[in-house]
Amino acid sequence: MGLKIAAGVGLAFLHLPILLIFLYAFTTEEKSYQFPPPGLTLKWFAVTWNRPDVWEALGLSVRVASISTVVALTLGTLCAAAISQTKFFGREAISLLVILPIALPGIITGISLRSAFNLAEIPFSFWTIVLGHATFCVVVVYNNAVARFRRMSGSLIEASMDLGADGFQTFRHVILPNIGTALLAGGMLAFALSFDEVIVTTFTAGQQATLPIWMLEELVRPRQRPVTNVVAMVVVLVTFLPILAAYYLTRDGDQISGQGK
Amino acid sequence: MSTAATAVPAAILPGRGGIGGALSDAFWRKPGLLLFLMLTPPLLWLGVIYLGSLFALLIQSFFSIDEFSGMVVREFTLKTYGELLRPSNLDIIVRTVTMAGMVTIASAIIAFPIAYYAARYAKGRWKAVFYLGVMLPLWSSYLVKVYAWKLILAKEGILTWVLDKLHLTFLIDGWLALPVVGGNSLSLSTTGTFLVFVYVWLPFMILPMQAALERVPGNLLEASADLGASPGQTFRNVLFPLALPGVIAGSIFTFSLTLGDYIIPQIIGTSHLFIGMAVYAHQGTAGNIPLAAAFTVVPVVIMGVYLWLAKRAGAFNAL
Repeated sequence: MGLKIAAGVGLAFLHLPILLIFLYAFTTEEKSYQFPPPGLTLKWFAVTWNRPDVWEALGLSVRVASISTVVALTLGTLCAAAISQTKFFGREAISLLVILPIALPGIITGISLRSAFNLAEIPFSFWTIVLGHATFCVVVVYNNAVARFRRMSGSLIEASMDLGADGFQTFRHVILPNIGTALLAGGMLAFALSFDEVIVTTFTAGQQATLPIWMLEELVRPRQRPVTNVVAMVVVLVTFLPILAAYYLTRDGDQISGQGK
Repeated sequence: MSTAATAVPAAILPGRGGIGGALSDAFWRKPGLLLFLMLTPPLLWLGVIYLGSLFALLIQSFFSIDEFSGMVVREFTLKTYGELLRPSNLDIIVRTVTMAGMVTIASAIIAFPIAYYAARYAKGRWKAVFYLGVMLPLWSSYLVKVYAWKLILAKEGILTWVLDKLHLTFLIDGWLALPVVGGNSLSLSTTGTFLVFVYVWLPFMILPMQAALERVPGNLLEASADLGASPGQTFRNVLFPLALPGVIAGSIFTFSLTLGDYIIPQIIGTSHLFIGMAVYAHQGTAGNIPLAAAFTVVPVVIMGVYLWLAKRAGAFNAL
């Protein structure tokens, strides 16, 4: 009983702060974080809708996250396929290398990329942001793909080859359908990760503002608190959808053909 | 039937036509070639861009800065590391490591009931609820979570309001009057920083803990109870040692993430610096890249030792 209460309180501790964001998006109070809100209004949604800087930041974030996801999908899948289908010298080192960008604190990735850009005299651009994001997004795709490859039996591929399919046909008709949902889930998580990233981005963005950078500036020097409240709520909603989708995609991953080894 | 000899298929099929077929055949004959082609793009990206930048940073920590011109002197020296050991900088390191340790312990205590309940008692639908209940906060926006705490801890915010309704305001005033943990208001105190750190990293502790607890066979706990152990004794002597790898695995995340963070203490907390903030300040306005680089070596070394100890404790099997 005590355990049940402690678990419930713990879960509440995790969720109440996020729910509070939803309430504050409707508050009429402009100057402070007063609770309870003196009144509720939908006005700030309209104000936010008409803010070009918010749209610009959102657009940049979506573009960066999309390209980073594509890069991460390609690199992560290649790496996962190589690691799980074959055994070779240095395998462990490569899997460690993939995990490293997320195991080390983000500030280290950020500052090392920035100083490398400095040394190589590369100016900050859209692509420097993508470079940083793709580096740490690879690991999410890789983890999802490796887990699925491990459960997929190698005899399926051999059977396909024995039946006369060439390597590309095997990939198209046997491998891809089996790892498809895992890749989709990995891609969604990578998108969410990139969409939300702030620490590495502060080092690789220069003067450009992604949505998290925009929020960070508002947090450090609040200018218009109600607009920040609305943006925060929208960000929560936007990140929840891919997480839920990724969960439902990988949940049924146990029913993979060729499991009975 | 007698003409069967003409229908015997060739033992070796002719090569497939076209470029695709030729490529496919080549990959089949030389699996190493395919492996090489598959590994080249990710290794170029991670090995050259990422590791290259890390080494470039490491090398710069052995450069120094000329105090008069403010320019980086590209000669090998240990002067920057000497600077790192100044009392003011050591203070920053000790403060950050202490915070990381406290956050890790607190996360482990709060995470345990959730992980234990999810691993032992939650079934079917509730299992999914618990899983999503941890995953959603884990993946939802980091900045939004920090922002939510700014709302909560603000002087006019919900926490003050609740305590006021319960007539417990004196508790918070008393706590804020304490020397190290206190401050002007909760959002400007070390306590505030600590709370936000615990909140933001807690899911990273729950998941590996739950994975480890799920692997503890239930009959061991029953056996312990049958042999007359009290629940406390069972926890100390059976459950905790078996769950320890999971706790250590989770602590890798909470510890490492706290060591490197510079945004939370900047938004909620006192003006005292943490390692991440020092790195940011040195590379930014001060332009002292060598010292910033030397500062980043500290969490890398601490995490290296930590990972080595964790590996010896078998924590990686719980990830």
